[in-house]
Amino acid sequence: MTVETGMPYAEALDRFEPVLGLETHVELGTRSKMFCGCAAVFGAPPNTNVCPTCLALPGALPVANVMAIESTIRIGLALNCSIAEWCRFARKNYFYPDMPKNYQISQYDEPLCFDGYLDIEVDGKPVRIEIERVHLEEDTGKSTHMGGATGRIHGADYSIVDYNRAGIPLVEIVTKPIPGTDRLAPEVAKAYVTELREVMRSLGVSDVRMEEGSLRCDVNVSLMPRGASEWGTRTETKNVNSLRSVERAVRSEIERQAEVLSGGGRIVQETRHFHEDTGTTTSGRSKEEAQDYRYFPEPDLLPIAPDRAWVAELKAALPELPSAKRQRLKAEWGLSDLDMQAMHNADAIDLVEATVAAGAPAADARKWWMGELARRSNETGVALADLPITPAQIARVTVLVASGALNDKLAREVLEGVLAGEGSPDEVVEKRGLKIVSDDGALSSIIDEVLAANADAAEKVRSGKIAAAGALVGGVMKASRGKADAARARALILEKLGVSE
Amino acid sequence: MSLIHNTAAELGAMIAAGEVSAAEVAGAHLDRMAEVEPKVGAFLHVDRETTLEQARAVDARLQAGEKLGPLAGVPIAHKDIFATRDMPTTAASKILEGWHPPYDATVTRRLREAGLVILGKTNLDEFAMGSSTENSAYQLTHNPWDLTRVPGGSSGGSSAAVASYEAPLSTGTDTGGSIRQPAAVTGIVGMKPTYGGSSRYGLIAFASSLDTPGPFARTVLDAAMLQETFSGYDPMDSTSIDAPVPSVVEAARNADVSGMRIGVIREFAGEGAQPGVLARFNEAVQLLESLGAKVVEVSCPSFETALPAYYLIAPSECSSNLARFDAMRYGLRVGDDGTRSAEEVMALTRAAGFGPEVKRRIMLGTYALSSGYYDAYYGQAQKVRTVISREFEAAFHQVDVLISPTTPTTAFPIGERADDPMAMYLADLYTIPSNLSGNAAMSVPCGLADEDGLPVGLQIMAPVLGDDRCYRVGAAVEKALESRWGGGLLAKAPAL
Repeated sequence: MTVETGMPYAEALDRFEPVLGLETHVELGTRSKMFCGCAAVFGAPPNTNVCPTCLALPGALPVANVMAIESTIRIGLALNCSIAEWCRFARKNYFYPDMPKNYQISQYDEPLCFDGYLDIEVDGKPVRIEIERVHLEEDTGKSTHMGGATGRIHGADYSIVDYNRAGIPLVEIVTKPIPGTDRLAPEVAKAYVTELREVMRSLGVSDVRMEEGSLRCDVNVSLMPRGASEWGTRTETKNVNSLRSVERAVRSEIERQAEVLSGGGRIVQETRHFHEDTGTTTSGRSKEEAQDYRYFPEPDLLPIAPDRAWVAELKAALPELPSAKRQRLKAEWGLSDLDMQAMHNADAIDLVEATVAAGAPAADARKWWMGELARRSNETGVALADLPITPAQIARVTVLVASGALNDKLAREVLEGVLAGEGSPDEVVEKRGLKIVSDDGALSSIIDEVLAANADAAEKVRSGKIAAAGALVGGVMKASRGKADAARARALILEKLGVSE
Repeated sequence: MSLIHNTAAELGAMIAAGEVSAAEVAGAHLDRMAEVEPKVGAFLHVDRETTLEQARAVDARLQAGEKLGPLAGVPIAHKDIFATRDMPTTAASKILEGWHPPYDATVTRRLREAGLVILGKTNLDEFAMGSSTENSAYQLTHNPWDLTRVPGGSSGGSSAAVASYEAPLSTGTDTGGSIRQPAAVTGIVGMKPTYGGSSRYGLIAFASSLDTPGPFARTVLDAAMLQETFSGYDPMDSTSIDAPVPSVVEAARNADVSGMRIGVIREFAGEGAQPGVLARFNEAVQLLESLGAKVVEVSCPSFETALPAYYLIAPSECSSNLARFDAMRYGLRVGDDGTRSAEEVMALTRAAGFGPEVKRRIMLGTYALSSGYYDAYYGQAQKVRTVISREFEAAFHQVDVLISPTTPTTAFPIGERADDPMAMYLADLYTIPSNLSGNAAMSVPCGLADEDGLPVGLQIMAPVLGDDRCYRVGAAVEKALESRWGGGLLAKAPAL
């Protein structure tokens, strides 16, 4: 593998304008596969969720999953697409060992959804990404190539195939070419995929976990010299599997293409592979001699003709979409654009919303998720949503603080305990003995000890220097290891010393 | 007369009445097979013990008072293109040699549930591609009327088995005539039901939009009883039709054509056919008129383009359907010696595992679907298909059924057309239009050609879901001819 050097990004953008295109594959979270009754789940032992149909045994036939069709239409509607009145599945023919039939049931010139858009925000400015099509197809099996240097089939000693994934419903979302992003091309690409992921999540159609491959992105990039009107030759970087990688892949491909073009070379139309470690792409399969997939309408399946009333029902029942929700919550919570953006970037909005729904004040919910828990997430590398604590538990902690049963310091300890798996907030309070001490009997004996140990300070207070009481309260807090109710302690101290404020 | 000469309807009734056991009936047929198979070669797989076991199980179910269908205990032979979970299934191809399906086709499953006993799996042209059964990778099948001649194809094993009294019933598949043409040239009844009327699940696909499972029998009533047992909506086949259909058994019992309007297809009733075939066909037309039908001539000019359209659509679909035979998950594997890539093993396996006709069609289809040729070939053929369907529709506004000879000639000698694909393809000239439009069509015996003394078939075509009309007309012709002949046509066949 030769790693090509790239032109520095700033220089590349001085000389060239990029045009982007994004193809995103989303594995739907339906219970069964696209064309058979096998369970569609991630992580089962290899080749256990298989049957005659998804193994392509002779004579087995596909039956389309209606839930998958419904999900695809909902995705199309959420992306402002037109929904086909009549369309067909098509066979895409090519041989590969992880594709049992050696053709993929997909859609060709009659996609289920087409001509939509998704509005995103980049650098504070709105950008509209036009959607070319949304279509439904089936996933392939998963090959693992053993031995050999590249991890690819060429040069491998042998390959093993897991057909559990074969036939899982896959939705492909293709943008129209995106010109005019200029220097923000990498950020636009990332923002689009981020927003798309949230739309999918809000629809509940997929778990959209890029690291598990349930959301996969192919990034198309071409460059044209500044001032030119004709787009350059594009490359397609396959299976870019994190949001950060989407951004890096676009940047690195711009830098590479700029170097090639400015050196008088030409861009080869090809697929490229993105490498997480170096952040660069390398050449894959050439597309100059386009592979002929011999598409034709799938004769084993009937055309899809979604009833218009049904489509209207699905449209009416769409959930509030993420951008609208952000606008609403921003107003409800009284936040600045900056704060809202920070929460968006941290993937915290849904968590805060759920915490508020569970009874927490918005400000407190935000404070915990964006403070203590965000810090924990950063330290451990575990996403916020995957931390072992629930919005309901955070809400309970805020309630305990509001009632005076906990102060902030104790509350942090409670969260610590919950994250450590010690149980619910109440259980942690109980086990660790974290309740604020506000009953006079317990406080009184602590105060007596503190007054005895700090006779000088006590005397100052007695003589009218009430400010000196602060040190005494501090002593009480220390002696109680933070659990004393500070205000009550102060009142009791003044009372014992016979002064009043 | 022995058990093998009874009709399926009679056998079913005798078994139900306890006059004979399913095991005895199966035994009689197995004995007949042992006697004549060396000459006929209808079966690719026979397993006497499995068959008798099935028969005894049916006897036990009946004795236990279980209510089974009217064909319970009757033996049947299945074309070796239907998956059977207790017998190998090869499609007569080396690429599937030794493959045991882990599941039953819907057709075989329904017949099993109704208590029919499987005698074995019958020979066919490899993957149902052919009109003579000579394209089987395993063996030749001989026409019981003349052992030097073909039994038709692709379902030639199934037609020969029924015509030689090895089985009272058999299943076949009809993609371009593969039930009707073998039925015609062996003197039996064969029916291509409406496309979607019988399930394709578990039928190894040749051309998905054309393949149709159907029955072979020696009488129209037997064929109807068999069709009624295995057909009907199947949620496992998306193209199967979920709609009520008129009873074909009732239609077969009705056998009355008085007042029916019958159309003779002008383009299929003139030159091009063997004189003896035309003579029997014309007699059948007169017979129908004498039975009270109103016969008119109907022109279907586009039917002459059906054959070329078929030879684009069927190979296109087969080029994709047969892609799954790649040595990866089942079947033959050639060249996997640790030095070759998966791609090389796939190529070597397919080169060794497919016969010449299968390869020819895969290449035709691959070409027809290629970018740049699609519109001119596959796309154009689909347009022809639409035109043919419309011509059928228009014709069925004028008449209740259309008739023609089933095939232009009687059974041809083995080897005669083996090296001439075009001559072979012409055997399906009259049957293909019904596959393209999906309508129902039957072949029923209508006599022997004068020049060679071999059977001639009458083809009866009815609209989509009008299968009952084929049975009504077929039964009327059968009844009238049998009373003229003093028995069935097969009684005239030479002893084996």
